[in-house]
Amino acid sequence: MSERFVTRGFVGKRQDAGTAANRIPPGQHLVKDFPVLSAGPTPRTDLRRWSFRIEGLVKEPAQWTWDEFGKLPAQEFVKDISCVTKWTKLDTRWRGVSADVLLEHVELDGRARFVVAFSDGGYTTNLPLPDVINGQAFVAYEYDGKPLAPEHGGPARLVVPHLYFWKSAKWVRGLRLIERDEPGFWESLGYNNHGDPWKEERYSGD
Amino acid sequence: MESERDLMLDGNAAAGVLQEIFGEEMTTALTTCDECATVSQMAMLRVFSGGPGLVLRCPACEAVMVRIAQTPRGTFVDVRGVRQMRLPLPSIR
Amino acid sequence: MKRTLEWQIATVKAIRQETANVKTLTLALLKWVPHRPGQHYDIRLTAEDGYSAQRSYSIGSEPERHGEIDITVEPIRDGEVSPFLDDVVVVGDRFEVRGPIGGYFVWEASDGGPLLLVAGGSGIVPLMAMARHRAAVGATVPARLLYSSRSFDDIIYRADLDALANRDGLQVFHTLTRSQPEGWQGFARRIDDRMVAEVNKPFGPKAQVFICGPTALVETAADAAEAAGVAAERIKTERFGPTGA
Repeated sequence: MSERFVTRGFVGKRQDAGTAANRIPPGQHLVKDFPVLSAGPTPRTDLRRWSFRIEGLVKEPAQWTWDEFGKLPAQEFVKDISCVTKWTKLDTRWRGVSADVLLEHVELDGRARFVVAFSDGGYTTNLPLPDVINGQAFVAYEYDGKPLAPEHGGPARLVVPHLYFWKSAKWVRGLRLIERDEPGFWESLGYNNHGDPWKEERYSGD
Repeated sequence: MESERDLMLDGNAAAGVLQEIFGEEMTTALTTCDECATVSQMAMLRVFSGGPGLVLRCPACEAVMVRIAQTPRGTFVDVRGVRQMRLPLPSIR
Repeated sequence: MKRTLEWQIATVKAIRQETANVKTLTLALLKWVPHRPGQHYDIRLTAEDGYSAQRSYSIGSEPERHGEIDITVEPIRDGEVSPFLDDVVVVGDRFEVRGPIGGYFVWEASDGGPLLLVAGGSGIVPLMAMARHRAAVGATVPARLLYSSRSFDDIIYRADLDALANRDGLQVFHTLTRSQPEGWQGFARRIDDRMVAEVNKPFGPKAQVFICGPTALVETAADAAEAAGVAAERIKTERFGPTGA
């Protein structure tokens, strides 16, 4: 990286966090809008063909159709989210199914230690199993009281709010339980394997 | 609000980063998609930027051809989706 | 041409209002090198705390103008670089740039023609560099521009295009998609197959085509040019999107 040349008057589109400052992880800034960032085209999955699967190191895989998934016990989640591109958005309101509820439908093999979330379009992200359970992750299909828009990951998106938002896979179609960690789309390209914003785990080696 | 199609740029938008990596003007280089064998100049690849890194996809089949992430520990480049690359002769710019 | 891209400091030499919300910044460069019309520069802005943002901007000026370049900025809502360039920058400000960049979407008079240019909105910028270059070197290559804007007042470089049309034989065809002034003689719809075929008619399959604008316009115009018999390798496109933000 070359020497920094400071531009007079440039602050980016950042806002003063004010009293919420203690909710902004280090190096992050507050936004009011909801930026759309994608690694590929937005898939248009026919809901009649949509399914959500839990597979891998489980005794029997579980699978739900869209209608079945909608009948699972759902909850409202209000969470702060942080993207590794340095924006943080407070109090995002989602509705969806806790990963705990989903995992109740399978019997985990004792060797399962990591989870790979996989999506339409081929995106993957990896998570340690302890980061997915105990109310820390959910599969959302509503945002702000409306069906989750395709550009934000609809019909359904994994949301893991305590980790950088690339872990919250858009267009998620399932979770695969594995024994040995497998770095996902960004984790295999220099991004941190864990991604805790409060520890600023942005890049591998952070 | 921007439509999702507006998120799609082309290889022209990645010209600076590509030149930084390869040391040459690369938008006229020919790339063969490993998935569908379509040959495209890099300028014609679909570019998705703004996320953690830069993703270049085949204009024909949308398979990922090149991924680039610039981090404080160096630039990561994954070209697994490119079967072959043909750079123009230096004399022809 | 082996050339490492180096950042340099550009100084804002002049600011010109093009339309109600589009401005042209003239940047003076100490390490200016002639660009090829259609190329762009990367701009990097850095805040006091080290936060930085980088975007690409097409060069609107011709390479015959030495020591400086024009970039034209349309502020994008929720952007961070374009609102800064639009709102905050004053003459004398300095920021980092590198370029010229790109080698695909370029045209020089020696490349010949006939030349069909198709633009939507701020997609006119790189094509303007081509048109101005053509005029500056006195090229007689036949050239036609089809330019889509929302309204008469949204036409970027309107006066300059009129001058290029009157003095230098660039044939300019405007289409206004949202509103048209009374007595408007030009097209009044989005660019479509028929429009491209009509404008390209004298050139036929011999045309060299450059299309720049939003994705939908680019795809429509490129398909239309192919339908008019132009071989795909003679059609070059550049898509606009929020990297310009």
